[in-house]
Amino acid sequence: MPEIKVTPLGAGQDVGRSCILVSIAGKNVMLDCGMHMGYNDDRRFPDFSYITQNGRLTDFLDCVIISHFHLDHCGALPYFSEMVGYDGPIYMTHPTKAICPILLEDYRKITVDKKGETNFFTSQMIKDCMKKVVAVHLHQTVQVDEELEIKAYYAGHVLGAAMFQIKVGCESVVYTGDYNMTPDRHLGAAWIDKCRPDLLISESTYATTIRDSKRCRERDFLKKVHETVERGGKVLIPVFALGRAQELCILLETFWERMNLKAPIYFSTGLTEKANHYYKLFITWTNQKIRKTFVQRNMFEFKHIKAFDRAFADNPGPMVVFATPGMLHAGQSLQIFRKWAGNEKNMVIMPGYCVQGTVGHKILSGQRKLEMEGRQILEVKMQVEYMSFSAHADAKGIMQLIRQAEPRNVLLVHGEAKKMEFLKQKIEQEFHVSCYMPANGETTTIFTNPSIPVDISLGLLKRETAIGLLPDVKKPKLMHGTLIMKDNSFRLVSPEQALKELGLAEHQLRFTCRVHIQDPRKEHETVLRVYNHLKGILKDYSVQHLPDGSITVESILIQATAHSEDQGTKVLLVSWTYQDEELGSYLTSLLKKGLPQSTS
Amino acid sequence: MKLYCLSGHPTLPCNVLKFKSTTIMLDCGLDMTSTLNFLPLPLVQSPRLSKLPGWVLKDGSTFLDKELKECSGHVFVDSVPEFCLPETELLDLSTVDVILISNYHCMMALPYITEYTGFTGTVYATEPTVQIGRLLMEELVNSIERVPKAQSASMWKNKEVQRLLPAPLKDAVEVSMWRKCYTMPEVNAALSKIQLVGYSQKIELFGAVQVTPLSSGYALGSSNWIIQSHYEKVSYVSGSSLLTTHPQPMDQASLKNSDVLILTGLTQIPTANPDGMVGEFCSNLAMTVRNGGNVLVPCYPSGVIYDLLECLYQYIDSAGLSNVPFYFISPVANSSLEFSQIFAEWLCHNKQTKVYLPEPPFPHAELIQTNKLKHYPSIHGDFSNDFKQPCVVFTGHPSLRFGDVVHFMELWGKSSLNTVIFTEPDFSYLDALAPYQPLAMKCVYCPIDTRLNFIQVSKLLKEVQPLHVVCPEQYTQPPPTQSHRTDLMIDCQPPPMSYRRAEVLTLPYKRRYEKIEIMPELADSLVPLEIKPGISLATVSAVLHTKDNKHVLQLPPKPPQPPASKKRKRVSDDVPECKPLKPLLSGSIPVDQFVQTLEKHGFSDVKVEDTAKGHIVLLQEAETLIQIEEDSTHIICDNDEPLRVKLRDLVLKFLQKF
Repeated sequence: MPEIKVTPLGAGQDVGRSCILVSIAGKNVMLDCGMHMGYNDDRRFPDFSYITQNGRLTDFLDCVIISHFHLDHCGALPYFSEMVGYDGPIYMTHPTKAICPILLEDYRKITVDKKGETNFFTSQMIKDCMKKVVAVHLHQTVQVDEELEIKAYYAGHVLGAAMFQIKVGCESVVYTGDYNMTPDRHLGAAWIDKCRPDLLISESTYATTIRDSKRCRERDFLKKVHETVERGGKVLIPVFALGRAQELCILLETFWERMNLKAPIYFSTGLTEKANHYYKLFITWTNQKIRKTFVQRNMFEFKHIKAFDRAFADNPGPMVVFATPGMLHAGQSLQIFRKWAGNEKNMVIMPGYCVQGTVGHKILSGQRKLEMEGRQILEVKMQVEYMSFSAHADAKGIMQLIRQAEPRNVLLVHGEAKKMEFLKQKIEQEFHVSCYMPANGETTTIFTNPSIPVDISLGLLKRETAIGLLPDVKKPKLMHGTLIMKDNSFRLVSPEQALKELGLAEHQLRFTCRVHIQDPRKEHETVLRVYNHLKGILKDYSVQHLPDGSITVESILIQATAHSEDQGTKVLLVSWTYQDEELGSYLTSLLKKGLPQSTS
Repeated sequence: MKLYCLSGHPTLPCNVLKFKSTTIMLDCGLDMTSTLNFLPLPLVQSPRLSKLPGWVLKDGSTFLDKELKECSGHVFVDSVPEFCLPETELLDLSTVDVILISNYHCMMALPYITEYTGFTGTVYATEPTVQIGRLLMEELVNSIERVPKAQSASMWKNKEVQRLLPAPLKDAVEVSMWRKCYTMPEVNAALSKIQLVGYSQKIELFGAVQVTPLSSGYALGSSNWIIQSHYEKVSYVSGSSLLTTHPQPMDQASLKNSDVLILTGLTQIPTANPDGMVGEFCSNLAMTVRNGGNVLVPCYPSGVIYDLLECLYQYIDSAGLSNVPFYFISPVANSSLEFSQIFAEWLCHNKQTKVYLPEPPFPHAELIQTNKLKHYPSIHGDFSNDFKQPCVVFTGHPSLRFGDVVHFMELWGKSSLNTVIFTEPDFSYLDALAPYQPLAMKCVYCPIDTRLNFIQVSKLLKEVQPLHVVCPEQYTQPPPTQSHRTDLMIDCQPPPMSYRRAEVLTLPYKRRYEKIEIMPELADSLVPLEIKPGISLATVSAVLHTKDNKHVLQLPPKPPQPPASKKRKRVSDDVPECKPLKPLLSGSIPVDQFVQTLEKHGFSDVKVEDTAKGHIVLLQEAETLIQIEEDSTHIICDNDEPLRVKLRDLVLKFLQKF
């Protein structure tokens, strides 16, 4: 039986290092190629040796699909394609293709230049890797080869994020990547049609969370920022350069404008201006409102938000700083955090998920004494706030997507095992579909039962649909045809056509039965009695009395002759072909019972 | 398969294809050449135009002098300009299921179709097509509505009157069908019916037909369309270009293997080379400006103007034009320039790469930043303060009948220092200029039409090999003005089927198969038999389900167990319910083997007689005879059912079932 196999190399009961292998109808597809922010050793990249021990990856994989530009989804790509070696196609959307190399370069710089690691991918490798990328449009059906096709759907989450449908024949898998089912200030909501995939692979970061309304969270966020600034404190918001940052900037920008606030807002690193530029050029990927008004006022041109300089951190007075990276695991956000952590007037707002092992994760779990490099202990006195602004679907959103796509099976990745378990039960209860949550390296096999497409001759189809214009549910019409299987083509034709095509003649098998009945009347009167008898019983059949004295029931012929010896006995000759076997046999046994006594 | 041809204009097509129970409108072009018969709409009172004499008939009657004005020997209608709509009577347009739009120039009649005919379907178009199409419509509505005209002439349309008018009014077709421009609410209503699609997106229509837009290389978001079922493929090619300008290149490969290829929107100027025209455009522009004159470029607010600005960007410094102001005046100028920068995915490779940097794909962003190019919504307001001469003005409408261009024609027409350069190919420049005669201004004709020329078409057709080509009749003969140029027509085998306005074509196609799905349970139950090497057969008896034009074959349901009732059985209860057809038989029966088989089964008195066509096998005791011939077997027996069934099964052993 055909099957779909799924093996997560990363993101199996975990967040980070997304990398999922899918085998469908003989095609192998790798979904995402991410790195893990919680690790600095081998574990940061997926274990590609799992895919093939000796062979080349290019021979084994038909294509690689990247869902969006976050490093936990594309961070291992240059390592994978240039250092391990893969030359096949890599698919991603245009914005992802544009932004991905910049984040990879950024990542490389931090790792190699700052941390001094060697044996890491180089700038040239990022460039070479990007040459293998094929950009796709939303909803475009991309024919990877004759059989394998993929199609991207809008996923929200970040600029250019997409869900992908992978389809071979009538079997299909949908991979969501990260998605968001509610529109936010700069992006729209994820959308998919009722594509009924055999399997839906969904992220489940917020598997157990039902988030309150966005408006409340936004109000809360603004209130906290405002209060801190009012009392002269500094607000640090660690973000990733692209994504949440833009949403929160739009939020603060409009708030500052409305409240006429003067405290400076800064955005760290040079990436930001560039980032905003991407948003301007790919404005068609943002939400409806921004797209509609961009000619009059481009939401990504900020008046109140200025570029940050390292020296500003020591300036007296209130300020708000957006700094990268978002999990406080390195770079500028961590530097500022160390400077400001000791003052209780200050505040750090974590607007997104933090991976285990990062400073962000530690302070969010309540740790207030942190051991920094060189055994230094950092005491955190500043206020720590967590606000879920990261654009993942919550439990409600995940259920909504399942309702939209109507998959036959669901598989959860990119989440924590305990939370997944809860969601899995909920999905199985509500939708009565199987739900899987394999760990990394664990293979899930799903059996599919595809129907077989064949070509039916129009003649046969029309004959059948013409008979059954009003389909009766209780009495379904049977259709008869001959399936011709030649090479790899399947054609369903009428039996007559099948014979003709094969150059064979029909062999007619005919039966003629003699039925004796006692009837002293004249032959034609006997015939009339037989006719009336049959007509009375066979109401649904065409019974005819022909001028030559014979009777037909459909195509069955009945003739009467007198018995040569016994005038009181008449011989009925009932003649039918093999195709009318049932009716012919029935008629003879019916006539054998004799005619009813009632006459005329 | 039928094609209803609603427009006679080869580059502004409007056809309706009936295909597999779907009704698909291909494009919605609006023929605006009708406006050339009207007087221009001046933005400021024009003494010259208002003093034009009324037209007087040969017999001296003056009853038309309010409606018709004479200018330099030409007669014009003094009224709000009107457009020639596609045919609305040829078929009931409320039955149209979908409208496919190929590019923004071919959707200008959309509000007339969607808002006036009871249309309830969906329109499909790409995002750039919709956005820029909206801009074109906005500009059109704006330029007509801002000059309210009290008069609406209709007397001249009377058939008896029209006969008396001079050409071209006399020969204008369907004047009674000409309509005034639509309004913005109608535009918005029409556009709200559009569903956005992307290149190579497969769109299912009612499960019967799949339509797919393909890049056509002509304009931002311009598309050709594939309309196909599992077995038939119709390609609709409309406004395609093989030149490398700003849009994504044309997708030719996907047009292969078409049964029918409908070909419209070829170049209107087959003899002009677009590159040469651009060169001429630049040099004429530079020469005029150097001599202290102004240059007027009547144009649409989107399309070729992007390429012209890009050329000028590279050209102005070297030509010493850095200090000459370039003005782009249109109510949608700003929107058009902004929109052009955000459609990275629809642009050619070079421009896409720029966006990845990230830089704006078109250099006009830099022209604007450095103040070399300025744009204004109209000549009123800021423009009048900033206006410096000599200058270059890009503005619409190319017909010279409405829009800001009318003002510049009146303003600059009297000086021979100035030049008007025609780049848009949609209107004859001589006709466009007629109501401005006599004119001192220089006129240069540099039509830039990047659409396919006939050489490219014949190459394309050789490449994609459609079985049949359908095209407007204009493409099947040389242009009327160059009747010797037999190279300026479509040449293919078999010759193209041509259409003209209001014609209905029956398109040739032979459909013999349909897709059907066999459910897995049924497939499992089939027993294939190898009949010939490599060919297997299986007889299928199944239940056919048809829903949304999709056919599925399922296992027949198990016959329900008759309820164990104690009611006396009536005779008719036994009547076979439906007629379970038996398979057809094939093969022949070798008599000797058949007799052996009979004997093996206990018939001891078998006798065989030869006949002309075969044999008769006699079972004497049973009074049964079996006639065996090459293609038939006839069992004649007494009513002894067990015997008959036994004989039947023995015969069947020798035959194949179908």
